[in-house]
Amino acid sequence: MNNVRNHRANPADSYELFGVKLPQLRMILLLIGIALALLLPLVLANFAIFQMTQVLVYAIAVLGLNLLTGYNGQFSLGHSAFYALGAYTTAIMIDRYDIAYYWTIIPAGLICFIGGFLFGLPALRLEGLYLALATFALAVAMPQLLRYEHFEGFTGGVQGIDVFKPDSPLPMLNADQWLYYFVLFWGALLIIGAWNLVRGRTGRAMIAIRDNPIAARTMGINTALYKSVTFGVSGLYTGIAGALGAIVAEFVAPDSFTFFLSVWFLVGMVVGGLASIPAAIAGGIFILYMPNISEEVISIFFGNDPSAKALIWVAFGLFLIFTVYVVPNGLAGLVRRFVIRYATRRGD
Amino acid sequence: MDLFLQQTLDGLATGAIYASLALAVVMIYQAIDHFNFAQGEMAMFSTFIAWQLIAWGAPYWLAFVVCLVISFVGGMLIERIVFAPIHNAPVLSHIVVFIALTLIFNAFAGFIWEFTIKQFPSPFPSELPFETTLIGPHELGVVGITLVMLVLIYVFFRFTPVGLAMRAAAANPVSAALVGISVKKMLALGWGLAATVGAVAGMMIAPKVYLEPNMMLGVLLYGFAGAVVGGLTSPGGAVIGGFLMGVLENLAGTYVIGSDLKLTFALVVIVAVLLFKPAGLFGRVVVQRV
Repeated sequence: MNNVRNHRANPADSYELFGVKLPQLRMILLLIGIALALLLPLVLANFAIFQMTQVLVYAIAVLGLNLLTGYNGQFSLGHSAFYALGAYTTAIMIDRYDIAYYWTIIPAGLICFIGGFLFGLPALRLEGLYLALATFALAVAMPQLLRYEHFEGFTGGVQGIDVFKPDSPLPMLNADQWLYYFVLFWGALLIIGAWNLVRGRTGRAMIAIRDNPIAARTMGINTALYKSVTFGVSGLYTGIAGALGAIVAEFVAPDSFTFFLSVWFLVGMVVGGLASIPAAIAGGIFILYMPNISEEVISIFFGNDPSAKALIWVAFGLFLIFTVYVVPNGLAGLVRRFVIRYATRRGD
Repeated sequence: MDLFLQQTLDGLATGAIYASLALAVVMIYQAIDHFNFAQGEMAMFSTFIAWQLIAWGAPYWLAFVVCLVISFVGGMLIERIVFAPIHNAPVLSHIVVFIALTLIFNAFAGFIWEFTIKQFPSPFPSELPFETTLIGPHELGVVGITLVMLVLIYVFFRFTPVGLAMRAAAANPVSAALVGISVKKMLALGWGLAATVGAVAGMMIAPKVYLEPNMMLGVLLYGFAGAVVGGLTSPGGAVIGGFLMGVLENLAGTYVIGSDLKLTFALVVIVAVLLFKPAGLFGRVVVQRV
């Protein structure tokens, strides 16, 4: 009974912003978000839909990384490797074994779960920085592994594998729209999954391990198991993102999965904000649109000089440092601060 | 047998470069307890500065020295400007800033000098004064330069007051500050030295791998592997680890895995050492206090 009363007395519920109670405001924003996600592709041009699809793919990958880092406090610079593993699983299944693309997503996720679990198994010994180092090594080694000549029969070596864009089975949707809804379906499923995961017993254990591993162990949490499983789940999310990404990009090749892809995910996570699910979507939007926008800005100053494109990355780097200094909790933290600053208690 | 000797000696030469990077990584690790993921890109940037000086007509050794001075000052500035404000920030902040620096150096080098590969001259004569097929002149020179540098660093840390102060500041910042050592200055100095050591490594490897913004990623991985194998708490161990990685890379490449999986080899070594002997060969086992 006590529990129930405490739950009702969640202090945030009695606050309001712009005259709307916080839970309702959250619900309204959620509904607007869902409506936009569902309806926008019906009116947008194909290229914009393609970009939205990519945003979703990145958002899933960032969410995967966020589960690991934001909720469990483990670092990974190697998520490009899991993304690659998922992408190649899908590409190989479609190209070599003629399996329909929609059957490849779950196997890709499962393989990445196993991969992540196995890599995370030693995670208890590889704390913090050491894990970052090991995953850094994984990310750097991955393209070479994919290029390796003895795997060429599978991976296509340097050439990579072409994946053909699936046709839409529904007459009222074109191929781009169909693919968008396909990715949206998976994205929604994974977001709901993550939301349930972090609110439940497992999520509390993950967060406890992040906040104080020794205390968590004292409370009877099997830290080694939870850390490995979190790594596996994180790999699963990123692997599914990779599988969807391969279908969206219609192509996989070793050089698409370098260490810098891991950096993208990291940027998306940090800018979006740690330990927040909507932040993953913001992160996805950021890593897709930020290069385009900075390219526009740079072309104003430098014209079409090709080497000036490199400045995009300089801008990315500066933006990252700026984020760490000024808004260490990312956009999500900024929103949280805004709400705390302006929300008022009802009747005040 | 000749092949074996050749590969071992050649491995020692690349190992010298890994040893330098490993040493730079360990110096920063000891000072601030973090891996400098940007070490490779910093070294690359230094090498580009030297290349630019040579392209402007400076003689090699002048460019070499000027580049070291610039790297030293640059390293100190990075510590003072970028890392001092986040000294107490969580680990993730540090990792993110290191990654940001990697991006900035990599892209900025690409912006200034473009991504095409460039020849970088070797300062050593093209022929050795004696007959041998076992080792090339550049390789021998690299080993020589590295050994000289290591001896200098050893002497600096072992026999000079500043070196002692730096070791004190790294080992126990609070006590060091209490006896009047400026820990801040020592940190900056450590970064400057690490950047300088990295710059030497960059200039030594550039003639072999060609100069371009992405040249150091693989080299850095081996540098890390060397540091981990030798032990992150032991500068001497890191140097030995670097040499060991160079030799192992060559021998494994010749006899076991071929040249296409060298980075995977480094990955396996790093993971294996961290798993089975996290302190490395010469490192101190760190006991965590609860």
